[in-house]
Amino acid sequence: MNDDLYATIGVSRDASQEDIKRAYRKLAKELHPDLNPDKPDVAERFKKITAAYDILSDPEKRGRYDRGEIDASGQERPQYRYYRDFAEDPAAGRYYSREGFGDEEQLHDFLEGLFGRGGRGSRVRARGADVSYTLPISFLEAAKGAKKRVTMGDGRTIDLTIPPGVHDRQMLRLKGQGMPGFDGGPPGDAYVEVHIQPHPFFERKDHNVHLDLPITLTEAVLGGKVEVPTIDSPVTMTVPKGSNTGTVLRLRGRGIVDQRSGQRGDQYVRLQVVLPETPDPELEAFARRWAETHAYDPRADLRRPS
Amino acid sequence: MMTLSEVVTMVGRVDRVELTQWIEAGWVMPERPEPEEPRFSDLDIARVCLICDLRHDLAVEEETMPLVLSLLDQIYVLRRQVNALTAAIRQQPDDVRQAILDLLEQPRRRGGSLG
Repeated sequence: MNDDLYATIGVSRDASQEDIKRAYRKLAKELHPDLNPDKPDVAERFKKITAAYDILSDPEKRGRYDRGEIDASGQERPQYRYYRDFAEDPAAGRYYSREGFGDEEQLHDFLEGLFGRGGRGSRVRARGADVSYTLPISFLEAAKGAKKRVTMGDGRTIDLTIPPGVHDRQMLRLKGQGMPGFDGGPPGDAYVEVHIQPHPFFERKDHNVHLDLPITLTEAVLGGKVEVPTIDSPVTMTVPKGSNTGTVLRLRGRGIVDQRSGQRGDQYVRLQVVLPETPDPELEAFARRWAETHAYDPRADLRRPS
Repeated sequence: MMTLSEVVTMVGRVDRVELTQWIEAGWVMPERPEPEEPRFSDLDIARVCLICDLRHDLAVEEETMPLVLSLLDQIYVLRRQVNALTAAIRQQPDDVRQAILDLLEQPRRRGGSLG
């Protein structure tokens, strides 16, 4: 056992006596075998840190260790058996009855609680099991909230309230809607995981709603008022003159409510200039004439070396 | 079984006065508790060592000790009960053990889709 004692305790070589004491106490509280009856392997580590502490906590021994005159071997405390090795023997019962735990009595009461023995009327009351469901809901139901009538696994119908702003895979808890309890015990809970279906044109990012809005060439060039769908009713929005495909406009407060803050997000409208569906000779003639004197290069960026 | 002096010598980290106080406080309950000549079993000695560790190495305050010991004692009671229960379950037929395992592993049942 020639480990570095400082590393064992987790302090540097120039640590003060106080640092060493503090580090040891912290480790010992974590690793004391009697405080960890479930972890058989802490005993070995505890033994090491205690042996290290026995040397490092004594300035004289620490000095000799630093000068290489002693090492960690043979310095362990006389090995006693830990309390946990005895604590589950029947003899330990005298320590528990001190707490008002009659020992054999205690085990008997425990079994009675489990199996309803002894005729004291303590039947097995137990809470019913929880049940989990999934529930597909529409984009708008999630955004605005909704009431849904659903049929549970056992045939009962309940009205489920979906709060506005619920997010995908969120779990709703329905207290007492799980399996019935046993012998008067309370029923379990139902958990409903909502699965939000995608919307044909709205898209959600956190609490904001994104929408691609087609506009005419005229609206793009001259600007104008257009009607925009939102998760509530449509609103009128002004397209500025000279807007382009890719221009993003914001409708403040038209997004989805944030369940935590209660604030609504925004709706972002991304414009998309759309030509008429059928080619138009007049527009072609105009474009040809216009281009003769108005050359411009929208692809300049693509040719720039990166 | 050891006498008080023997325990003090063997443990080396507690003196007669302190050990006597621990006995009076009920932290240590010698297997043979005669006040003149108490005798300590291995269990009692292990408990004395534990109290030395808690009081001296871990610096648990004297007034906090009853709380710590009480919680520890409760943990050991619970462990005995769990062990007794585990032993009883181990002796059950396979199907009973499987049924218990199923219940413990699936506290929440799958209820399928509501939509």
